[in-house]
Amino acid sequence: MSIDLSQFKQTFIEESDEGLDVLESGLLALDSGTADDEVIHAVFRAAHSIKGGAGTFGLNEIASFTHVMETLLDEMRDGRRAISKEGVNLLLNSVDVLRELMDAARDDVAPEMSRANEVQAQLDVLLANNDGQVQSADVSDEEQTGSGVSNSGSEQKGWIVKFRPHEHMLRTGNDTVRMFKELSSLGDMENSADLTTLPEFTLMDPELSYLSWTITLKNNEEQGDIDKATIEEIFEWVEDDCDLTIEPLFEGGLVETEIEPSEPVENVIPVAEAATISDNVKPIEEPPVENTSTERVSPKKKKSSEGGSIRVGTNKVDTLINMVGELVITQSMLSQMGDEFSMDKLEGLREGLAQLERNTRELQESVMRIRMLPISFSFQRFPRLVHDLSQKMDKKIELKMTGEQTELDKTVMEKIGDPLVHLVRNSLDHGIESPEIRLAAGKSEMGTINLNAYHQGGFIIIEIVDDGAGLPKDKLLKKAIEKGLVSPNENLPDEKIYDLIFHPGFSTADQVSDISGRGVGMDVVRKNIKELGGNVDVTTNPGKGTKFTIRLPLTLAILDGQLIRVGSETYIIPLVSIIESLEIQTENINSIAGTTEVYKMRDEYIPLVRLYEVFDVKPETTRLQDCLLVVVEGDGGKAGIVVDDLLSQQQVVIKSLETNYRRLDGISGATILGDGTVALILDMSGLLAMAKEIEPVRSYANA
Amino acid sequence: MPKSILAVDDSTSMRQMVAFTLKGAGYQVTEAADGQQALDIAKTRTFDMVLSDVNMPIMDGIELIKNLRALPSFKFTPILMLTTEAGTEKKMEGKAAGATGWIVKPFNPDQLLNTVNRVLS
Amino acid sequence: MSNIQDIVGDLDALTDENADQYLTFIIAGEEYAIDILRVQEIKGWDKVTTLPRTPEYLQGVINLRGTIVPIVDLRKRFNMPTIVYGPTTVVIVLRVVGEEHDRIMGIIVDGVSDVHNLKHNSIKAAPEMNGSIDARFVSGLTTINDKMVVIMDIDTLLNSSDLDLEDNVA
Repeated sequence: MSIDLSQFKQTFIEESDEGLDVLESGLLALDSGTADDEVIHAVFRAAHSIKGGAGTFGLNEIASFTHVMETLLDEMRDGRRAISKEGVNLLLNSVDVLRELMDAARDDVAPEMSRANEVQAQLDVLLANNDGQVQSADVSDEEQTGSGVSNSGSEQKGWIVKFRPHEHMLRTGNDTVRMFKELSSLGDMENSADLTTLPEFTLMDPELSYLSWTITLKNNEEQGDIDKATIEEIFEWVEDDCDLTIEPLFEGGLVETEIEPSEPVENVIPVAEAATISDNVKPIEEPPVENTSTERVSPKKKKSSEGGSIRVGTNKVDTLINMVGELVITQSMLSQMGDEFSMDKLEGLREGLAQLERNTRELQESVMRIRMLPISFSFQRFPRLVHDLSQKMDKKIELKMTGEQTELDKTVMEKIGDPLVHLVRNSLDHGIESPEIRLAAGKSEMGTINLNAYHQGGFIIIEIVDDGAGLPKDKLLKKAIEKGLVSPNENLPDEKIYDLIFHPGFSTADQVSDISGRGVGMDVVRKNIKELGGNVDVTTNPGKGTKFTIRLPLTLAILDGQLIRVGSETYIIPLVSIIESLEIQTENINSIAGTTEVYKMRDEYIPLVRLYEVFDVKPETTRLQDCLLVVVEGDGGKAGIVVDDLLSQQQVVIKSLETNYRRLDGISGATILGDGTVALILDMSGLLAMAKEIEPVRSYANA
Repeated sequence: MPKSILAVDDSTSMRQMVAFTLKGAGYQVTEAADGQQALDIAKTRTFDMVLSDVNMPIMDGIELIKNLRALPSFKFTPILMLTTEAGTEKKMEGKAAGATGWIVKPFNPDQLLNTVNRVLS
Repeated sequence: MSNIQDIVGDLDALTDENADQYLTFIIAGEEYAIDILRVQEIKGWDKVTTLPRTPEYLQGVINLRGTIVPIVDLRKRFNMPTIVYGPTTVVIVLRVVGEEHDRIMGIIVDGVSDVHNLKHNSIKAAPEMNGSIDARFVSGLTTINDKMVVIMDIDTLLNSSDLDLEDNVA
């Protein structure tokens, strides 16, 4: 039988990724001295599992590398070795090496071993030079294979095995019958049991073993000579639960090793009978009850370095299955009703349809929830990042995280990773001051970075807060003026000045360091976040610290939308961008420079966007007083979208236009309405930018 | 009636491999991801054999074996440890807890099957 | 196509590795052919949702079982006189092979005419033409029932760069 092990390799690599994360976070906890026993156990277990799996699935480089790590961890676990900074750092490096080796395994390429060898050599050195604490752990049990000794005698005919199980042996689940069967498969076996030790029947404990056996095992011609090691192997598991001697059998039978106390012949019974007794001693074998197999649902693995699979909790799957069950019931109820429908069943039909709608919605929500993962998947890289970078920069920084269990869509999570890293690096680099400066400023020398996540409405909020120096307002302003972004006499409010850091090509670091200056600026961070339908803002308190707040939609797959109509076209405006909808009062319309129309709303003037103009479609009317205004907020501020009519609000599933066509300005995607037609979803920021560009020359009758 | 085996390992890939191998040989396999899960299952039914990893979170293999042996229906059931520890220490600890024997990792499917067949023959 | 000879010929061609099957369709009285393996399905004309600020010949998008599929009006694409869409107006849904990925797109034609087996050697290279369609979109010419049929290069015709080039012409 041969089984293709490669089918499990992908699973192994995925679970090892998780194991490596456990290793890393555990090591970081050890480093900061916050680890308890459970942490070191978890760390050891992770390394141990990786080693075991790697060996099994043929990833030998990983197995042997992990073996050295494991040895070191084992010593740390048992308290034989102090947990030193040096050791932890080396182990952290080892985690990196393992990640590289895993990546190579994932892509099925030969691993690059130079770094692995280097780190392994360092591990070996560490292991070797610490003789004070370590007792050689080399208690190998390989010596048992020595077998050749007694095999030499030319007239040897086989073996005599004397086997006296200890009373409790059966309690280990080892069965003498099985061993006899195996022995008998090696050659010609004769077996005699010594019954002298058997107690009175009434004193007998059926769970104990009282007998001892003398087994003569003769080589036969077909099978050839029996190897002593083979016999030993059969008794391997009970070595310590029995007295066992295996001696060579020479011609003439039991010459030297006659059973010492000569015993009455009638007490030696043939093996078959003995086996029966031993069988009776065994517990009643319960028939296996039912095949209630509880296999776990294992999602199909995709061969992709991005890891195309999601691990879904069984509870989520159970919920889904329940809902599908309900859906099926509703469906069959409805179809039954359809088969024999009469008007008096109308009420029932309505109820059924309402139930169907509810089922469908719940199912949709649950399916969406499958894609939701806790943000800890994204946060978990930061302890290491902060650890490494603060060492590099000689800063003392503590990272605190809250809300790691806050869930968001997997796709959003994947895309927010890089911007988050950039912001955290930025806080490390530019935010937190060096210990000396902090002390001089009367702060504790240990800086703090907080990573917080929580839900707010349909959004997830992620905050990156540092207690550093805050943003240098004057420097920002000076630079903006230098670059011509701001005119020298312009009077900008503070928040606009701070917002300048998101402007393309704007870096405040006097020197671009290799920590945050990687050619990627804050403008890219903001751009990436906006592409996800979110936003990022900064607030700062000079001398006290800076806070970046990221707001992201929980999912990219569904959206709450307001359906609107312009002419014969239906569009969808995301509800989150809508501030309010109102009827247009003509007296509130003004125009600036004869072209841009603005609408006075309370104490604000907001530009009007005639959607039919931007999109070049035929409207029902161009008379504003017959139109409705949807006030929205996009990237470029507020605006009033002029529409013919407001239709319903509904949750829509977002479909991409790019699959078969391409991205369009002002459109974030499309959806399919209840009647099967396609409606476009408007992208407010894009739309407002387009509206600014066209600035048509228009004359209109002001009331 | 196929013989039933309870396979316990916190590593999914290992569990999958063990289950796949044994099912392929006609055994009926139930999987558990840690000792506690295994014990919960064991309390509801019997098995012809238990294969358990040693190092597991929540409840490790040694603890599981002790607990299983305390159940009347598992008093004599063969329980094999799947262990990477080639050293005698773990084996002895397992034996003391009531393990029948062990299979040393890394093992290949053939080795696994040979051992299981041997015990369940 | 009903006489025995033709059918036998078709069968020959089916098993002939030197021949391919083509779907022919009519626009403005002219017959065009496309590789039948690219045809996903043929649908009757239905309402489309227009996309703002796209070339006029991009008629809009339709919902094809949950996927958004763009539809190109070939008459408009080739600057032919437009007609009112009627019951015979047909949308041929095609797989277009692109540089990055394949796309599903539809073309609006006056009507579908037939399926033909064309031997490779019966397809001639297209000469520089000044006919109604651009030579870029023609991959060859052939003769079916004494009539010239243009074999269309749908990948060039419908590829993204061509559609994107004329992007944002307000």
